[in-house]
Amino acid sequence: MLLDLMKRTFCALFGLCLASGTASALDIQIHYLRQEVPPVATLSELDVAPEDLGLAGARLGLDDNATTGQFLEQNYTLETTWVARDGDWPAAVDAALAQTGLLVIDAPQAALLDAADRAADAGALVFNVAATDVALRDGDCRANLLHTIPSRAMLSDALVQLLVQRRWRDLALITGPHPGDIAFAAAIEASVHKFGLEIGSRADWTLQADLRRSASTEIAALTQSLGEFDVVIAADEVRDFGRYLLYNTWLPRPVVGSEGLMPSAWSPVIEQWGAIQLQNRFRDLAGRSMQDIDYAAWAAVRSIGEAVTRTGEADPDALRSYLLGDGFELAGFKGTPLTFRTWNGQLRQPIALSHPRGLTAQAPLDGFLHQSNPLDTLGLDASETTCTAFQ
Amino acid sequence: MYRIPVTRLSTLALAAALTAFSAQADEIWVTNEKDDTISVIDIETLVVTRTIPTGDRPRGITFALDHSVVYICASDSDAVQVMDPVSGEILYDLPSGEDPEQFVLHPDNRHLYIANEDDAITTVVDTQSREVVRQISVGIEPEGMAVSPDGTIAITTSETTNMAHWIDTATGDLIANTLVDSRPRHAEFVKDGAELWVSSEIGGTITVFDVATKAEKAKIGFELPRILPSLIQPVGFEFTEGDSHAFVALGPSNHVAVVDAETYEVEDYILVGRRVWHMAFNADRSLLFTTNGVSGDVSVIDVAEREAVKSIQVGRFPWGAAFRPTN
Repeated sequence: MLLDLMKRTFCALFGLCLASGTASALDIQIHYLRQEVPPVATLSELDVAPEDLGLAGARLGLDDNATTGQFLEQNYTLETTWVARDGDWPAAVDAALAQTGLLVIDAPQAALLDAADRAADAGALVFNVAATDVALRDGDCRANLLHTIPSRAMLSDALVQLLVQRRWRDLALITGPHPGDIAFAAAIEASVHKFGLEIGSRADWTLQADLRRSASTEIAALTQSLGEFDVVIAADEVRDFGRYLLYNTWLPRPVVGSEGLMPSAWSPVIEQWGAIQLQNRFRDLAGRSMQDIDYAAWAAVRSIGEAVTRTGEADPDALRSYLLGDGFELAGFKGTPLTFRTWNGQLRQPIALSHPRGLTAQAPLDGFLHQSNPLDTLGLDASETTCTAFQ
Repeated sequence: MYRIPVTRLSTLALAAALTAFSAQADEIWVTNEKDDTISVIDIETLVVTRTIPTGDRPRGITFALDHSVVYICASDSDAVQVMDPVSGEILYDLPSGEDPEQFVLHPDNRHLYIANEDDAITTVVDTQSREVVRQISVGIEPEGMAVSPDGTIAITTSETTNMAHWIDTATGDLIANTLVDSRPRHAEFVKDGAELWVSSEIGGTITVFDVATKAEKAKIGFELPRILPSLIQPVGFEFTEGDSHAFVALGPSNHVAVVDAETYEVEDYILVGRRVWHMAFNADRSLLFTTNGVSGDVSVIDVAEREAVKSIQVGRFPWGAAFRPTN
C-alpha cells in the first residue's frame, strides 16, 4: 500500500513511472485537430454549427475513458488545435505529432490525407471523425487512418435499404451545386444500382429565388417537371434548399436524403439501446444535443480508451493491432457491438434513419443479408474496395 | 352472435376452481418501463389481476425479506418508491440519488444498494431512517447490483467502464475493480457466495469470478443457429434450486439459455418473447417468468420441460420482475 502510494507520488512529481508486476501508470495523450473550412452561404440563417462540434464528443469520450482509467492507473489527456482557414496545417500536424501518436481529426479529405501521411512517418495513428468521402475508404485509404464517421456510401446504402423495404421504387433526385451535394448524389446513384432500384427523374438545383418567400410556387413547378415519383431524394449536404422541399412538392410525396428522413451516424432522437444515457451525458457536458461528428469523435476517443484498457498499452501500433483484431468491440449505444473493417479501417456501425422528431428505422434493415455481418451491407464490403493498404 | 372463446372459458373455469381452494395465489410483479405501471400476475391463473401506477420509468423491483413492502426504482422520478403490496399504495419515497436503475437489498433487510445510472454513483440507503448512508463513486452507467450472502461485499457493474466494482460494505471502499466484457448488465453471487457471475450485454458473455481471489474463473459464451452473434446479448439471469443451473435472458435474440452452473456448458435455448430482459421464479422454481421488452409480454417457462408454455400481455416495455408469496 505504502509502496503503491510512493510509486504514484513519484509518477505525479517526476512524470516517470516504474513498472510493477501488476499494473503501471500509463499516460495517454490524444490530440484533436480541426481544419476550419469556409462556410457555405445558405438561404436560411437558422443553422448555426456549434463552436465545439466534434470536440464536445471527444471530451465526453475522454471523460468516459478517464473514469475507467482511474481504476487502472491510466491517465488520459486531450489537447486541441484549431487551424484557421489560412493557417499552417502541416505545421500544426507536426507540432501535435511531436507530442503524441494518437490524432483525432476533423478536416476535409486533402488535409486529412496530408496529416495521415505525416503521422505514418511518425508511427502515429489517425482517426477521421468528419470526412465522409468514399475514396478515403477506397483507393485513397491509409493503413494508419481509421474512420469512425460513416462514409457517404454507408449513409446512402442505409437510405436505399429503407426505400426498397417500403417499396418506394419510383425515385426522383434533386442535386445541389456544391461538391458535397454532388458526391452524395453519386453515392445515392451507386446505392440505387446496388439494391436494384432506378432513379426515374433527376434535377439540378439551380433556383436562385428567395425561397423563404416563394417556396410554394417555385418548388411546386420544379417537382412538377420531375413527373410521377414515389419519393424525392434531396442531395443537399450543405442544407441549402432541402428544408423548402418539404410539403411544397407538386405531388404529395415524402422527402428523404439531406432533409426529411435522413441517414446519419447519430441523431438526437435515438433513445433505444441505452442511448438516452449517452444523450444525457452529452447534454450535461455540452449544453446541446449530440450530432453525428460529436458521435464519431466520441467513438474515436472511446475506441482508443477501450484498446488501452484491454491491452494495457499506449503504443499506437499495439492499439491499431488490437482495434483491427477479433478482440475489439465498442459498445456504441446502437444495439450491436461496433468493430473496424480490416480492409479499410472503417468503423462498422448501424445507420440511423430519422426525422427531427423520431427514429424511423435503423439500417441494416431486416432482409438485407450478408454472409458474415449484416453491417457490411452498408458501405464498401471487402470485395468492393480497392484499398490495399491494410493487406 | 358473440361467442366466448373456448380457451377463455377454460381459463375462467380454472380460475374459479382454484379460488375455491386458496384465497389468494402467489404473484409475479412486473415493472412496465414505458407505462409507469406494475402488472401483477396471478401465478395460478396466469392472468394479470392488477395494474398499479408507479412513478416515472419503473425498472428495478424487489421485495423486503418478509414481503411486507415492495421497493421500486422510479428512475425518472429520481426515487425509490416503497409500496404496500396489498393495497398497491405508495407509502413513501426513499431518497435514491439520481436516476436509480437497479438495486439490491442487503441481507440485513435494511440497506438498499442502488445504482445511479446517470451519475456514476452507488447510493446506500437506510430503509428505516430513510436516509442516504453513503455514496460511492464507481464507473460510468452503473447498473448490475449484488450483495454477497454474508453481506460483506457489494458489487456494482458499470456499463460503459466495463467493470465489476467490489465494495467493502463495512467501509464503503472499493476493494477491487475487475474488467469484464462490454456493457455489463447484471450480477449475482452464487454457491453461497463462492462465485460471482456478471453478464455482458454487448460482449455476449457471462464472466464467472472466484470471489476469494477475485480472479476470473470461467467465461460463458452463447451460440444460436441462424441467429446473428451480435444479437445474442445476455442480460438478466437467475438460478434454479441449489444453484445447479442458470437461466440467462439473451435480449434481442429472443431466447433464454440454460447453463449448467458446474460445467459452465450451455445445455438449452428456449424461445421466448422479443428482447427478453429480466426474470423471476415462482415459489418452488418450477415456473420462470421473463419480461420481454419489445413484445410487451411475459413468457412463462416450464423449468422442467425447458419450454415456454404461455405468454401474458402486460404493459409497454416490461423490465423488472419479482416474486411475491401470499401464503
